[in-house]
Amino acid sequence: MEYSIHEFAMAERRKILADTRSSKTGAAGENPKRRSRFSRLPRAGAETRHLGDEHGLSGEVKKQWQIVFGRFIRQPRAMVSLGIFALLGISSALAGVFWHYSYTDLTNQIATFGQGSPSLQHPFGVDPIGHDVFAQVMQGTKEDVQTALLVACISTLIGTTIGALAGYFRSWVDTVLMRFTDFILAVPLLAVLAVLGNLAAKQSGSWFWVAIIIGVLSWTYVARLVRADFLSLREREFVEAARAIGASNRRIIVRHLLPNALGPIIVNATLTVANAIILESTLSFLGLGIQPPDVSLGSLVAAGEGDATTFWWLFVFPASFIVLMILCVNFIGDGLREAFDPRRTRVRV
Amino acid sequence: MLSYLLRRLFASVIILILSSILVFTMVAFSGDPLASLRLNPKTPPSVYALRRAELHLNNPLPQRYWIWVTHAIRGDFGLTIGNQPVAPQLWSHLLVTFQMVIIATVIAIFVAIAVGVFSAIRQGRPFDSGAAFTNYLFISVPVFVLGLILKEFVAIPVNNAIGHTVIYTIGQQSSNLSGGFFERLPNYAGHTILPVLTLILVSYPSWAIYQRSSMLEALDSDYVRLARAKGLSPRRVLIRHTLRNALIPITTVIALDFAGVLGGAILVEEVFSWQGIGFWFLQGILVLDFNVVQAYLLVTAFFVVSFNFIADVLYGVLDPRIRYG
Repeated sequence: MEYSIHEFAMAERRKILADTRSSKTGAAGENPKRRSRFSRLPRAGAETRHLGDEHGLSGEVKKQWQIVFGRFIRQPRAMVSLGIFALLGISSALAGVFWHYSYTDLTNQIATFGQGSPSLQHPFGVDPIGHDVFAQVMQGTKEDVQTALLVACISTLIGTTIGALAGYFRSWVDTVLMRFTDFILAVPLLAVLAVLGNLAAKQSGSWFWVAIIIGVLSWTYVARLVRADFLSLREREFVEAARAIGASNRRIIVRHLLPNALGPIIVNATLTVANAIILESTLSFLGLGIQPPDVSLGSLVAAGEGDATTFWWLFVFPASFIVLMILCVNFIGDGLREAFDPRRTRVRV
Repeated sequence: MLSYLLRRLFASVIILILSSILVFTMVAFSGDPLASLRLNPKTPPSVYALRRAELHLNNPLPQRYWIWVTHAIRGDFGLTIGNQPVAPQLWSHLLVTFQMVIIATVIAIFVAIAVGVFSAIRQGRPFDSGAAFTNYLFISVPVFVLGLILKEFVAIPVNNAIGHTVIYTIGQQSSNLSGGFFERLPNYAGHTILPVLTLILVSYPSWAIYQRSSMLEALDSDYVRLARAKGLSPRRVLIRHTLRNALIPITTVIALDFAGVLGGAILVEEVFSWQGIGFWFLQGILVLDFNVVQAYLLVTAFFVVSFNFIADVLYGVLDPRIRYG
């Protein structure tokens, strides 16, 4: 690997120093006396340069995110996946502008025996009542992507908060929150989603509600992950240092612990996107998610299922779009994990 | 140890009680239980009143919960919309699902361990990369898509090639079956193969990935290095020292994944029209059969909580280093 472990150690040290400093961005109402105490500490930049000299290293110290970014863009599989996913997202969002059919349009062609298969006019063919399948797949992709992104935001936010509180405060806060997590996990997620999805479907059936339901129920894994991270991070010296200086709990969590746990959180958020696409398309497949006249890839698969052998395009295109999207997101997540975790070593066997 | 067990058991019971409350409230608010009566505009008001009284709808929610849960503990889950008792249906559908889930889980465990262990030993070689790609592929295919692909693009061509139906795509057995158990066996197998295969393919990849990493961790540990340094044969090191320890974490992962397998079973049953509990539950949701939905959720919660409890205990038994705090 091109990147050296030294570089990483430097960045870590710099971050720790920056943590102990943490003066400039202090909360508005902070005690002025305490502030002056912070400012007496050596400035991190100067200290790092000094460290660099000591080790006979010269040149700029890269920030951690630069290192991570550098490692990420050097992975062809993750970059290609990111490209495909971005392309799918953007083109589906703009399909209404550039494509000559809308997903609700009824064209003058229908799928009957020997007709309606993919052609230049309809690259993905038409369905038995004359919808252009390409326009429908694009609309479904758009709904899936926005649902998945919203789910990832909601569940990461809830999961991180719960995990952080449980891991940082331990004792009864931990017990209560983790039992709460167990309790959310006690019933198969899909079963609860099906009940709530059916309820939401009768009210509106828009992607927004589907995303809310999935988001508020799928944070359990993030919570456990963040909790485990916090349990070990809170014992580190920089936390002790921050506490000795008199930093508040909130400050320690937000400014010291959270940035250090960011890697796994981001990786997991990516995996949540993949999971959300699966859950959303599953719900829509069962008829309990996004409701007609709107379409999702799941409902398109359900509609094409019966004709899969005769009008293969009705099943193959939406199904392969689902798989393609999830595969891309998983590869992006894998690339991010690789980029965030430089300590992954090869084991001699 | 005993006090830990008791505390854990107590927590499990509390979780179960809480989930039963949540399940009941959620279902109670999920629609109008008299909707099927309202379909007929000529339903006299007295029928509504009777039905409301039957379902205890005039009582406050906590009281309704209490009536429901005390009956449920005694195995009485009330009546379906069609006035049939829920409990016998519940158990027979559960049996159908368990046949499938148990066969699939057992096979998936062996597949996952084999794939995980071999990928770890052959780290970075073609087998490892190939397995990694396959794992990712199956993780990325939703259950229903995989089921439909197997059904439409594998089973039907195979049957056409052979000339008669070997792999069945609908139901758990043919309705016109006769003869003894062994005459019926091929028919059962033909119906079971696709659902089980689907469940295996969606369950094993995440377990295999997990098994691979715990195997690598064990391979890198000091005790394995020591075993090698002692001059034990590589085979003995691998099986007695590495594999045995690397199998511990996966047991809990599998036990904790039980809810996921049950969720997958819902879809497999839907795709292959198996009269399992998931299929029954989905029908219940669609016709707003409250007692069916509640019974399903309560019974699955019971199994999931029990499995979590077993996973906890098992982990301590298998790995004595785990201290009970």
